[in-house]
Amino acid sequence: MLDVATQPSPVTLDRDAPILEIRRLRTEVPTSHDPIVLLDDVSLQVHAGRMLAVVGESGSGKSMTFLSALGIAPPPCRVAAGSVLFEGKDLTRFSPEELRRLRGAGISMVFQDPLTALNPVFTIGQQMVEVIRAHRAIGRRAAWAHATDMLARVQIPDPPGRMHAYPHQLSGGMRQRVLIAMAIALDPRVLIADEPTTALDVTVQAQILELLDGLRRETGMGLVLITHDLGLVARYADQVAVMYGGRVVEAAAAGPLFATPRHPYTRALFRSIPRLDAALEEDLPTIPGHPPNIAELPPGCAFAPRCWLRGARADCETERPPLVAVGEAGHRSACLHWPDMAHAA
Amino acid sequence: MPLLEVEHLTRSFTRRRGIFGPSDAVRAVDDVSFTLGRGETLGLVGESGSGKSTLGRLVLRLIAADSGSIRLDGTDIVGLPTRQVRALRRQMQMVFQDPYGSLDPRMTAGSIILEPMRVHGIPMGERHRRLEDTMRRVGLDPAQAGRYPHQFSGGQRQRIGIARAMTLAPRLLVLDEPVSALDVSIQAQIINLLQKLQRENDLSFLFIAHDLAVVRHISHRVAVMYLGRIIEVGPRESLYGTPLHPYTITLLSAVPVPDPVLERRRSRIASFGEIGSAAHLPGGCRFHPRCYRARLVAKQPGTTAATVAGETLPQRCVEHDPALTPLASGHAAACHFPELPETRSPIAERALTLTQELA
Repeated sequence: MLDVATQPSPVTLDRDAPILEIRRLRTEVPTSHDPIVLLDDVSLQVHAGRMLAVVGESGSGKSMTFLSALGIAPPPCRVAAGSVLFEGKDLTRFSPEELRRLRGAGISMVFQDPLTALNPVFTIGQQMVEVIRAHRAIGRRAAWAHATDMLARVQIPDPPGRMHAYPHQLSGGMRQRVLIAMAIALDPRVLIADEPTTALDVTVQAQILELLDGLRRETGMGLVLITHDLGLVARYADQVAVMYGGRVVEAAAAGPLFATPRHPYTRALFRSIPRLDAALEEDLPTIPGHPPNIAELPPGCAFAPRCWLRGARADCETERPPLVAVGEAGHRSACLHWPDMAHAA
Repeated sequence: MPLLEVEHLTRSFTRRRGIFGPSDAVRAVDDVSFTLGRGETLGLVGESGSGKSTLGRLVLRLIAADSGSIRLDGTDIVGLPTRQVRALRRQMQMVFQDPYGSLDPRMTAGSIILEPMRVHGIPMGERHRRLEDTMRRVGLDPAQAGRYPHQFSGGQRQRIGIARAMTLAPRLLVLDEPVSALDVSIQAQIINLLQKLQRENDLSFLFIAHDLAVVRHISHRVAVMYLGRIIEVGPRESLYGTPLHPYTITLLSAVPVPDPVLERRRSRIASFGEIGSAAHLPGGCRFHPRCYRARLVAKQPGTTAATVAGETLPQRCVEHDPALTPLASGHAAACHFPELPETRSPIAERALTLTQELA
């Protein structure tokens, strides 16, 4: 009866084979003229037991990538090209019903605002049981017991009591734990956490991230952290993808990405954030201008209008730079002139 | 004389539980005192529920205080009649977090920036000259005065909010999370702009934020709030370099540094639970339910301990509310067992290694 709780987590030991692979994904909004391209040529890999951080500013496409991959991009957005491979199957060919069954079970998502994601008129227990039973053919009692176990697993005090609580009776941090409990209740192989701590205080943020980090290590699930917080990326991520203007502009293991960024945007971004450990200067280095409007992207590199890597470079304005290998294993950059960064201040 | 002197400021809100339920008083701001000098930035940090935003609104008299005094240039503004408060408003302005939500979408940027001058009766001829001048100073093109808020980017909208606050040549700006809704690359632009405006106009800032790194960058002095109280205040270098209150140390240890090599070597202080509610203030020190230090001290020989909710804690922490006490130059903390540098606990020592090295 209680097989859900004891089902072994499928831990893949082959660390080179991704569990989830997004290949050359393109998402568009159709218009009467040319479609607006929200995502272009986005490729990402999620590996078992590892954390992929996807960073970028608003409108960079970091959330849209995973909404598109899971078939929940809000209409009229539509996936126009590319594939999303999960356990050998291409999700872009799935029917809406097949995708619905996959979400929650094979791949789960946790969103930023835990209050809007929970229904205020049902108890935590009712909502968790409903989610579990929508995916698993088990009785109400078994589902209740499993849900209670899950609350314990995310370190919620007094799980049997909290099953009867309504969302508003819990703090923001506790609500986010409930959502994580729901997300892992069906043993997903991939958990996508979209800004899971942005609405939370820093001490609670630390607790939630420790929890997620521990869960991916224990269960071997692949974890995607969508965030703008580079401190969290530095602490937890194995791999990092930096997005800008609907594309991946740099991807690397966390160490090399922070030590030797190979895209001018990444480097400028790192320098512009105030740090607890930085020397205090009068002015922070800035990136001029503002993030691009996705509907009005320039034909060439989307970062070119703000780029500090100066010099007469007509090609930046005309040529869309491909994401290519840049020296170190696995380090990729979409800058035509990345070698020049070494010489520029 | 400092520009702003706040003493024993207190404000409670009553909150009823259900329609017929009992009402309880929430002490949002509880006996808060601080000063702010001319041209100075006081950073006000704390978690949500700490009362930092309420304190900002009290200072501007956007909400009334229950008790205490607020002196601007020596004049107590708490008891001032409404008409005189209006005149005072010219000297104190607010900048809000959400530049979109705080700008009327039906008004053009120009009319938004002109609004305070209209309200305060600045002569017509003067208004447009000031409008153009202010727009330039905040980095906006006066030619865009006819545009509506939605036609601007998030960073530009915050510039409009700052321009609106600047037109009356105020002496004090209360900035409530002015950069936290902005993209990272835009935050730095706005922070630099604020610092430039401060230098040019000898402005004083009460800078309210939860981001400790941003506050460190912009502030001269920093006050840390917890459940309605300032629990530590000091000059920036000293507060970040040798923090004294266990809560401040816990907060600092929770902020990740964007450097994988440093960050993965850092030791965190596991904090117990969450901030809780000012409606159910714990007795004694309000931080004791979450305090690592209290738990350590309780184990030391010679400590009179008390057991609360199954935990052994020092009796003083449980029974006596500590006062904000000066412990170093300009640096005060409200703690019975502050983390003085010479007797600092190993936990704090480890957690502070990084920040100390570089503060």
